[in-house]
Amino acid sequence: MQLITCPWCGPREETEFRYGGQADLAYPADPSALDDEQWARFLFFRDNPKGTFAERWCHDAGCRRWLRAVRDTRTYVFAETGPYGSFPRRSARPERSA
Amino acid sequence: MTAELSSGVELRSASSPVVLTRRHPLEGRRATLEALTGEPSITLEPLVSAVDLRVDPDGGAPEAIAAALGGTLPRSPDTWTELPDGVALRLGPDEWLLTSAAADPHRWEDRVDALAAPHGGMAVDVSAQRVGLRLHGPAARDLLAFGCSIDLRPTAFGRGRCAQTLFGQAAVLLVAHAEDDLRLHVRTSFAGYVVDRLVDTARSLRPTPA
Amino acid sequence: MSRVDGYGRIDRTRTLAFTFDGVGYTAHPGDTLASALLAHGVTTLGTSIRLGRPRGVMGAWTEDPGGLVQIEEPFPEPMLLATTVDVVDGLVARGVAGQGRLAEVADTARYDHRHVHCDVLVVGAGPAGLVAARTAARAGLDVVLVDDRPTPGGTLTGTETVDGRPAPEWVDAVVAELAAAPHVTHLQATTAFGHYDDGFVLALERRGEGSDGGARARDHRIRAGRVVVAAGAIERPIVFEDDDRPGVMLASAARDLLHRHGVLAGREVVVFTVDDSAYAAALDLRQAGASVRVLDGRSEVPPGWTRRCAELDVPVEAGTDVRGTLGSDRVRAALVGESRREVPCDLLLVSGGWNPTAHLFSHVGGPLRWDPELVAFRPAGELPRTTVVGAANGTYALADVLREAGGEDAPTAPPEEITPRGMLWRTAGDPARQFVDIARDATVADIARAVGAGMTSVEHVKRYTTIGTAHDQGKTSGVLASGVTAELLGRPVESLGTTTFRPPFTPVPFAALAGRDRGDLFDPVRTTAVHAWHVAAGAVFEDVGQWKRARHYPAPGEDMAAAVLRECAAVRGSVGIMDGSTLGKIDVRGPDAGVLLDHLYTNLMSTLKVGRVRYGVMCGNDGMVFDDGTVLRLAEDRFLVTTTTGNAAHVLDWMEEWLQTEWPHLRVRLTSVTEQWSIFAVAGPRSRDVVGRVFGDVDVSNDAFGFMTWQDTTLDGVPVRLARISFSGELAFEVSVDAWHAPDLWARLVAAGAEDGITPYGTETMHVLRAEKGYPIIGQDTDGTVTPHDLGMSWAVSKKKPDFVGKRSFARPVATDPQRKQLVSLLPTDATTTLPEGSQIVALPDDGRLPPPPVPMLGHVTSSYRSAALGRPFALALVAGGRDRVGEVVGIPVGDMLIAAQIGGTVLVDPEGARRDG
Repeated sequence: MQLITCPWCGPREETEFRYGGQADLAYPADPSALDDEQWARFLFFRDNPKGTFAERWCHDAGCRRWLRAVRDTRTYVFAETGPYGSFPRRSARPERSA
Repeated sequence: MTAELSSGVELRSASSPVVLTRRHPLEGRRATLEALTGEPSITLEPLVSAVDLRVDPDGGAPEAIAAALGGTLPRSPDTWTELPDGVALRLGPDEWLLTSAAADPHRWEDRVDALAAPHGGMAVDVSAQRVGLRLHGPAARDLLAFGCSIDLRPTAFGRGRCAQTLFGQAAVLLVAHAEDDLRLHVRTSFAGYVVDRLVDTARSLRPTPA
Repeated sequence: MSRVDGYGRIDRTRTLAFTFDGVGYTAHPGDTLASALLAHGVTTLGTSIRLGRPRGVMGAWTEDPGGLVQIEEPFPEPMLLATTVDVVDGLVARGVAGQGRLAEVADTARYDHRHVHCDVLVVGAGPAGLVAARTAARAGLDVVLVDDRPTPGGTLTGTETVDGRPAPEWVDAVVAELAAAPHVTHLQATTAFGHYDDGFVLALERRGEGSDGGARARDHRIRAGRVVVAAGAIERPIVFEDDDRPGVMLASAARDLLHRHGVLAGREVVVFTVDDSAYAAALDLRQAGASVRVLDGRSEVPPGWTRRCAELDVPVEAGTDVRGTLGSDRVRAALVGESRREVPCDLLLVSGGWNPTAHLFSHVGGPLRWDPELVAFRPAGELPRTTVVGAANGTYALADVLREAGGEDAPTAPPEEITPRGMLWRTAGDPARQFVDIARDATVADIARAVGAGMTSVEHVKRYTTIGTAHDQGKTSGVLASGVTAELLGRPVESLGTTTFRPPFTPVPFAALAGRDRGDLFDPVRTTAVHAWHVAAGAVFEDVGQWKRARHYPAPGEDMAAAVLRECAAVRGSVGIMDGSTLGKIDVRGPDAGVLLDHLYTNLMSTLKVGRVRYGVMCGNDGMVFDDGTVLRLAEDRFLVTTTTGNAAHVLDWMEEWLQTEWPHLRVRLTSVTEQWSIFAVAGPRSRDVVGRVFGDVDVSNDAFGFMTWQDTTLDGVPVRLARISFSGELAFEVSVDAWHAPDLWARLVAAGAEDGITPYGTETMHVLRAEKGYPIIGQDTDGTVTPHDLGMSWAVSKKKPDFVGKRSFARPVATDPQRKQLVSLLPTDATTTLPEGSQIVALPDDGRLPPPPVPMLGHVTSSYRSAALGRPFALALVAGGRDRVGEVVGIPVGDMLIAAQIGGTVLVDPEGARRDG
């Protein structure tokens, strides 16, 4: 049972989170401009590296915010987690006690 | 006067209409909770109006809304503050839960919504979405530890803190009022499960007199 | 009796009665089943799993490979170790032939979980763990100390000296100090059985048989800032012929039995060792009254120990070994040396050295390295958050253990004599009778076969021979197998390593893992605000996700079929009412709300006018339908989206995913209001009368209140929303109110409908009514491979929108294939058979008989019911190229029969839609 550090709620057990697959895969600006193979690549193909992997998680049982994580697929260890998308980047957030 | 349904249920007929009254979603379990002996006590919180406030945290909106409501809104994640007749809980970066014991639900939504609108924010009535329980007594945190994985030690979850997490398999919102006084809010459809689990836990922790 | 006066921490003033293999025995509080049986001279407990050889106690605790028993009373439990079963009055146990049997009755005991957070978790309350816990407690840290045995002290026998006083006094003083410290939790009889990521340790506390009305066992889920592993070490046997015979025992086990339980396990003792530690056992047993002889496999014997042996008349032979044993159910002689000289004995103690119990270090990836001086694998390298101290780290001398665990604060102990340890895996003999894993009947010959088959990895050898896969998970046999394999391969043991240690360290009952998540609490039961009414009305419920939904309301004597036919007839003939509160509801607000919905629904939502309702379909990027529902436009910037009951959370997640990760610029916010609003469907030709009766100030005429529109009103001052939405094809209203007022409003509607015979109906009836109209149920008529076009819903797919989620996939060749499965209806031609849902559909052969396989499948039945309106059974089905097959007769195998059914369009009742407006 890993701890995942939600940028908002702090470290929580992984059961509170939902895995969202590879990060940084933008929805194509104009899907109709893609041929069938290009569209199939967007739909079905994902990286599967041995090592560092950027992925998305959602803190489902907590603040329901999506986060972007960098994880090592060999050790599962999270190198970092950070906000995703619309998450306001605020400097006013105080440090959490451990 | 009663009417007999084909399925055999007796029902009051139209000649004696029920006046719409607020019913506590956990009314059917109130007696069970009152029958629990020892501590912590588990009691039903009164029904209050509540809105989900969404507004950009930057640019002064929370401060302006708080001032208009006569209180403050929490700045830090997972904390809460007091409002004149309710509380404000910080649920997310741009999300607060604001309660009022005095206002009617739809008036509370209208009022907060009107305050948020100039800032591009909005309020949605969620008064009946959740139900609250109070756990009061020195063993309150111990009882919750049988279902919650978060660190409930007073040093980590003291007065002023709140957290959205799981109790057993149900999502709950925990609010710390004091070391021996916690509130648990849960969506009403899950409330029966949460109460049953709390009661089962409480009974197993308290020796029953032979 | 083998009980010795003056020894043991048992309460001799009290006597307990128990039964083993049908014979009554006595014991004292503090006894284990093993110690109590040995006290009565019972050495054979059962037989081995494969060869049926006698089996007895060989270890003192969880490492014992031999002493398996079945418990019958107080509760049936299979395959427990006699060494770990505390005797209670009335205990009934029996020996097993290698394996036990599961209880045939439900376990009524409680089990639970508790989450614990601490700064330091110390595993083991031997000298190392006690000192480590005390040091952390003195530093003001939150400390949890767990130890698997009933009492603290670890392997301290009571004869040692710590800080100048007897060890038991020192242990008591430390325990008292910990008890008085404010932030220390000290649990005995609690086994830390697994160590996982980020300082997470699971520990099982055995709490007795509901002594306080509470749990029999508690799973502590401990999240620790630092884990100190002070779990000690386990003695290693030496392999020789017939080393599995009862009476062969680890030296430490005999010592433990003596000091813990006052049991002298034999009167005529041979000690075979290559390690100094066994001398202590030899001398202790001698002082307790046994005759003892030491056979040391090393050519150099320890001078100090040898001198003490001489003082007590214990002969020591150097450079000799045990080659085998004689005896039947119990050893009667050791065969010693090359000559196989018979040395009579009733107890043969063995010590091949010690293996550090570093399992909790290994569980989280801590590496082990061979230490030639220690003759053992020991922890090597650093891990974050984890420290290993004492014997678990390969530090055995008490003074060193205390220093390692306690730093400057450490107590002291007298120095001990250390002589070089010997490395001996096995002595010469017949490999087929040299048992490596006694629990698995696996021998050196089995390892030789594995090596002969080309295996060179201990992991492969383990799986080939099953060594280390029994209840004890190779606690005594694992490293031994590595050593024997290395010898057979002619390689150093360090090049082989050990097999991977995985949780759990000791067997854990499934009931303890389940904890409170069983019975009624197995999965959350979600109920609506009107649930109590449904219960009182005798509803039969069905599970929809976690919800309990009323499926039908049988009248006395009715089965489901009869009830559903009656409920269907009521809705089509007069009026019915259904609780639809489980539908997911999402409040979508913001200036860009219409933009977001246009992206996510296949049809246009932004053009919907305030006050109106539109049905919509959502697809994934792959173009497959994953949800549907109605959308109400509440205001220019506000929509209320409803989802299917089972998909509510998924749809909200899906919308948030797009909003947060793909289109964060959209000014939209989503709020779940599923529980906020209760929704009741009032359906049937008389629904207008009922709704009009309750809401007298609302003009419910078709002109004033059109289909797919909504209106707000109040009742007794409470806001209520009415909508003309129909999922049955009948005139129907949906009535929404906040959940607080829902029970009363439901009662008002039911009362107002009494004169029209309003009938509560459940989900089964709802399913029949919608199927008669060809409305699909997402997840029943679809399975993630169905497009809106397949459902005949091209009308719900916008051709105007440049893009929406799923659109591009509709142009993929697989989506345009005319042979895709399409939703159609099936009418069995016999007009009597209800086709089982899930049935396959095949072409109907001329002779009406199912040909031999393979038979090409045309599709399958997705929904099937009896229809009151049609007076016959009907079904919906997904059929390849189905819409072009309308009119065709196909075959459906049902049991041994092939049922003929005609394909038709999906709308079977009121195809003109005349009933919708009443």
